[in-house]
Amino acid sequence: MELVCPAGNPAALRAAVEAGADSAYVGFRDETNARNFPGLNFSPEELREGIGLAHAGGCKVYVAINTFPRAGAEDIWRRAVANAAEFGADAVILADIGLLEYTARRFPKLRIHLSVQAGASHAEAIAFYAEAFGVRRVVLPRMLTVADIAALNRAITVETETFAYSIMCPMAEGRCALSAYVTGESANAAGVCSPTSQVRYDREGDVVVTRLGGSIINRFGPDETAGYPTLCKGRFVVNGVAGYLFEEPASLNTVAILKDLKAAGVTALKIEGRQRGRAFIANAVASFRALLDALERGQDLPTAAIQNLDQTAEGRRVSAGAYERRWR
Amino acid sequence: MKARLSLGPVLFNWPPEQWRDFYLRVADEADVDAVHVGEVVCSKRQPFVAPHFAAVIDRLRRAGKEVVYSSLALVTNERDAGQMHELCAEGGLTVEINDIGLLRVVGGRPHVIGPLINIYNEGTLAYLADQGAVRACLPPELPLSSIDRLAAVKKIAVEVFTFGRMPLALSARCFHARAHHLHKDGCQFVCGNDPDGLVVETLDRKPFLAVNGMQVMSHTCCNLLGEFATLRKAGVGWFRLSPMSTDMVAVARLYRLVLNKRIDAADGTKQLAELLPGVVFSNGFLKGREGRAFLAADELGA
Repeated sequence: MELVCPAGNPAALRAAVEAGADSAYVGFRDETNARNFPGLNFSPEELREGIGLAHAGGCKVYVAINTFPRAGAEDIWRRAVANAAEFGADAVILADIGLLEYTARRFPKLRIHLSVQAGASHAEAIAFYAEAFGVRRVVLPRMLTVADIAALNRAITVETETFAYSIMCPMAEGRCALSAYVTGESANAAGVCSPTSQVRYDREGDVVVTRLGGSIINRFGPDETAGYPTLCKGRFVVNGVAGYLFEEPASLNTVAILKDLKAAGVTALKIEGRQRGRAFIANAVASFRALLDALERGQDLPTAAIQNLDQTAEGRRVSAGAYERRWR
Repeated sequence: MKARLSLGPVLFNWPPEQWRDFYLRVADEADVDAVHVGEVVCSKRQPFVAPHFAAVIDRLRRAGKEVVYSSLALVTNERDAGQMHELCAEGGLTVEINDIGLLRVVGGRPHVIGPLINIYNEGTLAYLADQGAVRACLPPELPLSSIDRLAAVKKIAVEVFTFGRMPLALSARCFHARAHHLHKDGCQFVCGNDPDGLVVETLDRKPFLAVNGMQVMSHTCCNLLGEFATLRKAGVGWFRLSPMSTDMVAVARLYRLVLNKRIDAADGTKQLAELLPGVVFSNGFLKGREGRAFLAADELGA
């Protein structure tokens, strides 16, 4: 299986290449990608250089242009596609139908991957994107079980890429307006979910209260680490009882099911985390490299790499998420 | 172009008889142009209303309504895909696509695009129109600045979600079951207990969201009565009402009165509030603000 790694800036890209990534995915420093965070991503010049550097190190580069273009501003997204093509990107990762149509028509030789943000969750939907726009690979939504993925791979002709490590997203990707409902900023259009500008951490006695857009998302006692108030990871009250209604604060880790994912016909494994620093990237990529190499050779998975990945989860609970049916 | 009202599909899990009677009354009494039927949220609910389907469609048609079958929004396995495929391939019903895979089944013949398909720009809307879509209900989160441009794409009728709890997110996980400490496979259909969804509060007990099985919805009720004139001017031709367990015939009547300028929006909102005691209205998305906000007409902008 191909190891696809995040790179939120040139230093992280270098780290991913050095740690043995087969490919890295990146975005431009603007609203055209779904990790539009301050201080993150690449200027056009940085990306041109970054692609050269990665290629020299034997690593492919995929450019995520995976937000939904604003009406009247499609040119911004089209320019991003044109730049990626000009710089020699190995693929663009797209979600919007209009942008897919434009890219397939104007850049017929440019390889297209379907972003997880397109939410293509079954064979019929994937076949549509493959037939209509020549999509060659689909990044699968984080909602399918391993059995679903195996069945899917038997029914489709394009490659599948699936999330292997880092955050979980309980909602169907690209179809969530929760953050927009509370903050006014559309994650789909602006590329930011639960934006930092609307986040607050307030100390109330020995309790830390986190808020998003003025609403309480969670409350942490002295023994708990106050997590970032991503809306769907919060604690809410239903029928008078407080709890994690949507998702526990857990990290996704598929180490225990790597063999199953390979057997299910998955082409590529994706590490999430363009927002993470160079140290995280270096560690996660090197660990997965060791695991995948052992898997390919039919050897036992190296314990050191497994432990490394557990530690990077920072004491949070680790879960195989929706890959296991009981998650539902 | 005449302004048209559509009644969206019932998004909640109502008892089958209530579901049937609701539509039969709509057929006889509601002043709406199109009526949507079909289970959008959870495939497990589909068998319950199936026995009443034919009778409901027949009665709606005889009453002169355009009947549209709204498809399942989140398909995660081939069994569900196959079921939908069959229903839509029959060809007798106009289909509202809520999952893009259906385009391969109904593409080429006239169909509707539902609010759960991502249409954010002119390119996407034009592409879908070229595939045979005749009407598209835009995602509820779109601001007026986007709607303005989309309504200018002349080859397709544009519809806006103007009443009801707004669909905000979908999941493969059932939150209703989870709230009852049940697994989705053994959910006991607890979503049936809450005809307008189950209210989710913040830790300081302020109403925040609502869950409807695998769907997350707004706690507030969308009310765009105050924006009808602006939307009409922009070229929006269809106005969607999403059913809640209130008197929807009366809601439709009020919306029609405002559309026809027989009463003003302030009066309409006052009467709407009387129909929906305790309900909080919102229109923030249209104004480019947080969706839960309810802003006066002169606060338009951003």
